[in-house]
Amino acid sequence: MKLMLHVSPGIVRYPLIASVILETEALVNIERASIDAVSGEIVLEVPAEKCPEVKAAFEKRGVRVVPLEIPVVRDENECVHCGACVSICPTRTFRFEDWRVMADSGRCIQCGACVIGCPQRALKLVLK
Amino acid sequence: MPTFGRPVQEKSLSEINERIRDGSARVVTAEEMPDIVDELGPAEAVREVDVVTTGTFGAMCSSGVFLNLGHSDPPIKIGRAFLNRVEAYGGIAAVDLFLGATQPSEDRGIEYGGAHVMEDLVSGKQIEVDAFGVGTDCYPQTELETCLRLDDFNQAVMVNPRNAYQRYNAATNTSDRTMHTYMGTLLPRVGNIHYSGAGVLSPLSNDPNFDYIGVGTRIFLAGAQGYIMGTGTQHNPQSGFSTLMVTGDMKKMSSRFLRAATFHKYGPSLYLGIGIPIPILNEKLARSTAVRDRDITVPIVDYGIPRRDRPSLKAVSYEDLKSGIIELSGKEVATSSLSSFLMAREVAAMLKQQVEKGEFAITCPVEPLSRLGSSRPMKQTKESPNVGDVMSCDVVTVREDIGVDEAARLIVSGSFDHLPVISKDGRLIGIITTWDISKAVAGGKPSCIGEIMTRRVYSIRADEPIEIAARTFDVHSISAMPVVDRDNKVIGMITSNHLSRLLARRR
Repeated sequence: MKLMLHVSPGIVRYPLIASVILETEALVNIERASIDAVSGEIVLEVPAEKCPEVKAAFEKRGVRVVPLEIPVVRDENECVHCGACVSICPTRTFRFEDWRVMADSGRCIQCGACVIGCPQRALKLVLK
Repeated sequence: MPTFGRPVQEKSLSEINERIRDGSARVVTAEEMPDIVDELGPAEAVREVDVVTTGTFGAMCSSGVFLNLGHSDPPIKIGRAFLNRVEAYGGIAAVDLFLGATQPSEDRGIEYGGAHVMEDLVSGKQIEVDAFGVGTDCYPQTELETCLRLDDFNQAVMVNPRNAYQRYNAATNTSDRTMHTYMGTLLPRVGNIHYSGAGVLSPLSNDPNFDYIGVGTRIFLAGAQGYIMGTGTQHNPQSGFSTLMVTGDMKKMSSRFLRAATFHKYGPSLYLGIGIPIPILNEKLARSTAVRDRDITVPIVDYGIPRRDRPSLKAVSYEDLKSGIIELSGKEVATSSLSSFLMAREVAAMLKQQVEKGEFAITCPVEPLSRLGSSRPMKQTKESPNVGDVMSCDVVTVREDIGVDEAARLIVSGSFDHLPVISKDGRLIGIITTWDISKAVAGGKPSCIGEIMTRRVYSIRADEPIEIAARTFDVHSISAMPVVDRDNKVIGMITSNHLSRLLARRR
């Protein structure tokens, strides 16, 4: 299961992930992190059974946590199933099934490569 | 033509149309045909099958529409016109316009363009028209604004100079940056392969010798019945890249098969669904419509090289491309398409249904398509200088073990703000700038330049046009780069000063 963390200005310098790992003993994997001087956006892969605990631990520290259940939002009226999103996705979220483009949940790290790569402008990130 | 042993199986077009009219025609798609021919053989397939329907659905940039607005009162002779702020060509009669698919809008840039205006019109939306005229005795009005829907135009005739490519080069990128092209996002260092075209369903791949397809052939064009006007631009059947020029009534088109698109950092384009029914008149057509994905090959072309003659890395078939993975220089590379095979299938299936129902009669072409075409490079009469013509040759290079203070002295005594750093055998491995040195001095501890140099260094060859240098400067926000030879040895430097001097001299 993937969790997206929104880290606000006040706590971005605090070792949040390390402290949550120590507290929950969850084996998390940092899949994407963009952090600047004032805020941060981090995508974590967390074992499913540890998810509620990890989520609560971050929320206790003032981090907004969004579980990434849907990979990306697709406008079905716009999608023509061309496949422009398939090979550019770093986590292989998309695949063809009888020439229909399918998206697997739980793989997307919200990088947005498919959003700009889609010629039909059919894709949107969950949180944007 | 006499053949010995058995008669050649043939059938006339009127015979086939007769069957279409009485609903007894046997119609299959080009995806179903190969198995039928394999099983029955071509002669029996001619007896069995009347029509094979083909289909393709992909980006067709070379598309547009002629629009007639009707005359205003007082009349205007339109010179420039904007439809939803997208410029349409007005250099024809007073209220005729040509709107091209790739024209970007004045206000929204490439996110909205000519293709989007077409999709809006076909979807029944109203568009804003701003027209400007010169003012003449017969056309006194000089400016007008109006709002129109597709029904309000007298005519909306799609005329596409180049559609339905027989097959198309696949694309990859060996450079070390992501490229945004009309072949989609191409990841660096051969990160992916993109392809386009329907392969087994491709109309022209099912009749590459034009045994049926010709001038006047009735086709499925974005849901309407359109016609082939002739060969398309860059038609090149000799090398297997034939194209079509097609026309059709936009008022009868469907927004399901006409979709506006935008390629990131490239521009607008139009996705169109095109299908051609091929009557199985003889064994030759039975054989050519039995083509499979594995029979149609294309080169994988390197779009990382920003030149006309891009190197091709490998020849692959549509079967390989559709498998999702291709091995390229020892690495498994993911492939995906930009055209939609799902929609191409829908086109072929819909056309099959229309023929079966007797709604789509097969026309007899007026003339076959030309088997000779031309896709030559442009004749360029004004020579543009190459990097080698403007670069400086008196370049100072350094090794990475020299001290920062020595590098500083060299920069002060030389004529550049940049020092290329080379390896023992003279190959370019990095670059050091005055900024790197200032930063190092401000930080106060580095000993040799190897620690502070930029290793991701951009370079160029002397035989490349200066336009390529200018684009590299612009894309990476740099102002100079080393010029290297085939062995990556530094032979000169080119800077933005060289380019601006050239511009100043021209004016």
